[in-house]
Amino acid sequence: MKRDHRSEEIEKLEREVEDLRRLAGPEEPSGELDRLRTEVLQLRREFYEHLGAWQRTLLARHSQRPYMMDYVRLLFEDFHELHGDRAYGEDPAMIAGFAKYHGRPVVVIGQQKGRDTKQRVALNFGQAKPEGYRKALRVMHMAAKFGRPILTFVDTPGAYPGLDAEERGQAEAIARNLREMARLPVPIVVTITGEGGSGGALAIAVGDRVNMLENSIYSVISPEGCASILWRDPAKAEVAAEALRITARDLRELGIIDEIIPEPEGGAHLDHEVSAALLDRVLDRSLRDLLALTPAALLEGRYNKFRRMGQFFEAIRT
Amino acid sequence: MAWFKREKKRIDQPTPPDERRVKTEGLWTKCENCRTTVWKKDLEANWRVCPKCQHHFRLSATQRLELLLDSRWVEHDAALASSDPLHFTDTRPYAARLKDARKKLGMADAIITAEGLLGGRSVMCCSMEFNFIGGSMGAVVGEKVTRAIETAIARKFPLIIISCSGGARMMEGTISLMQLAKVSAALARLDEVRLPFISVLTDPTTGGVTASYAMLGDINIAEPGALIGFAGPRVIEQTIRQKLPKGFQTAEFLLEHGFLDAVVHRKDLKTYISSALDFFLA
Ligand SMILES: [Zn+2]
Repeated sequence: MKRDHRSEEIEKLEREVEDLRRLAGPEEPSGELDRLRTEVLQLRREFYEHLGAWQRTLLARHSQRPYMMDYVRLLFEDFHELHGDRAYGEDPAMIAGFAKYHGRPVVVIGQQKGRDTKQRVALNFGQAKPEGYRKALRVMHMAAKFGRPILTFVDTPGAYPGLDAEERGQAEAIARNLREMARLPVPIVVTITGEGGSGGALAIAVGDRVNMLENSIYSVISPEGCASILWRDPAKAEVAAEALRITARDLRELGIIDEIIPEPEGGAHLDHEVSAALLDRVLDRSLRDLLALTPAALLEGRYNKFRRMGQFFEAIRT
Repeated sequence: MAWFKREKKRIDQPTPPDERRVKTEGLWTKCENCRTTVWKKDLEANWRVCPKCQHHFRLSATQRLELLLDSRWVEHDAALASSDPLHFTDTRPYAARLKDARKKLGMADAIITAEGLLGGRSVMCCSMEFNFIGGSMGAVVGEKVTRAIETAIARKFPLIIISCSGGARMMEGTISLMQLAKVSAALARLDEVRLPFISVLTDPTTGGVTASYAMLGDINIAEPGALIGFAGPRVIEQTIRQKLPKGFQTAEFLLEHGFLDAVVHRKDLKTYISSALDFFLA
């Protein structure tokens, strides 16, 4: 693959610059070296800036990528998890709780994937079931009742497509969340941190601000799923990823998301602390902006935000 | 906007004997459920329900409106068409698929939204067309349904949506996904002003349409045997690596699991909705 090839070239150049520096010795004036080093850095930056949709998909799914609970640990204080939907059960794939964020009481909601096989199985790979979405809604209603802002963190391949999930009304649970989130009279800030997988992501992503990490994706269907349906060939996932326009930059251009949250060069998995700090800046500012609004203004703004999405039609003669 | 006059098909009159004598292949069809050979005209006259086994064949968006409305309706936003926002191409350009569907069906996208009378009462009615790219919801379907809801609110009409869809339209990517949120937000407003919404789920209703407006009715009803679900049966089979039980994701299955108010035979559909509107509005 072309990009992987380029990535290797950059690494080779970086090694050569380092070798040159070592050869030159510490006291050698090294204008030439500095020039080389800057060039390599520039190459690196360009490389990561122009990552394709598929490369970003792989980064979004990286097993060392920071998950919701990493951000909670790094940015929140006094987090307490709340369990259960009060109707059927507890879904560990969806986490809900209350915490303090810069001293403010807030509710946090989000999917959690596992880092190793054991965790992944226990958390169902971040694929929530109806009881997960119902738990999320229950806790969001609680936040609304007490006037607390809601911060959601989206990272899921999608809502769980299994037998039991269908039996318990996966579609109904998602639909209800969409309608109810549209009218919760408290600020809602959504962050897509990894994979924004279709309805299962949207069910906690109807907010006043929807921000995306630089290498996260947000899509109506996974590239693999789309490839196997439209191309009848799952191997066309790379092409599908590009065609679906699922990257943060694409979605910013289409007016679907508000802000792109930068990641450390090379991806969020390389430095959780820096990733969290970069997220913190945008999250805190988004929340401050929204706290200045009245509930009525908030709801009007939220309605219009989604109302405008999809002004992609023209009048034709039939 | 123009008024359309539609002739109601007569259910009572049998096909004249001289017509029956012309027995070419194209005049007969086999019921996809009981394999009985049915005279096509009889099937049409019976609103496409098999006279032998009551299997409900799919109806077009227009036939749906003919079934439910009192013979006249005003279509809204008929000219809204997708601008192919992603310039999407898979094995064929999306623009070409759109062009074909428009030409074949004489409609701009996969839904008709209309105001009309049902049992003498003004209603907003949305009817989905499965033959238009699987009845999928992209920006146009989302916009038309949202406008229909906003019209219902402005004019204090009840809302009826007849779903028939494979879900969100992949060729418009995340824009399609956002339509779920847009329509659901409009339904929250309809709910606030206490106007009734009756959702009719027909075969098939899956994916993003089920996971948004189809499941948000004050009353959710479905036709017998209709496939209704979030994930498609094939995806579920791949996930759980086993065959699905018989009758899984049918209307009757959803009724049993508590997600439908009723399964209603096509011949009773209009009366049922009319009674429900009486209950809400009388
Ligand atoms: Zn039959």
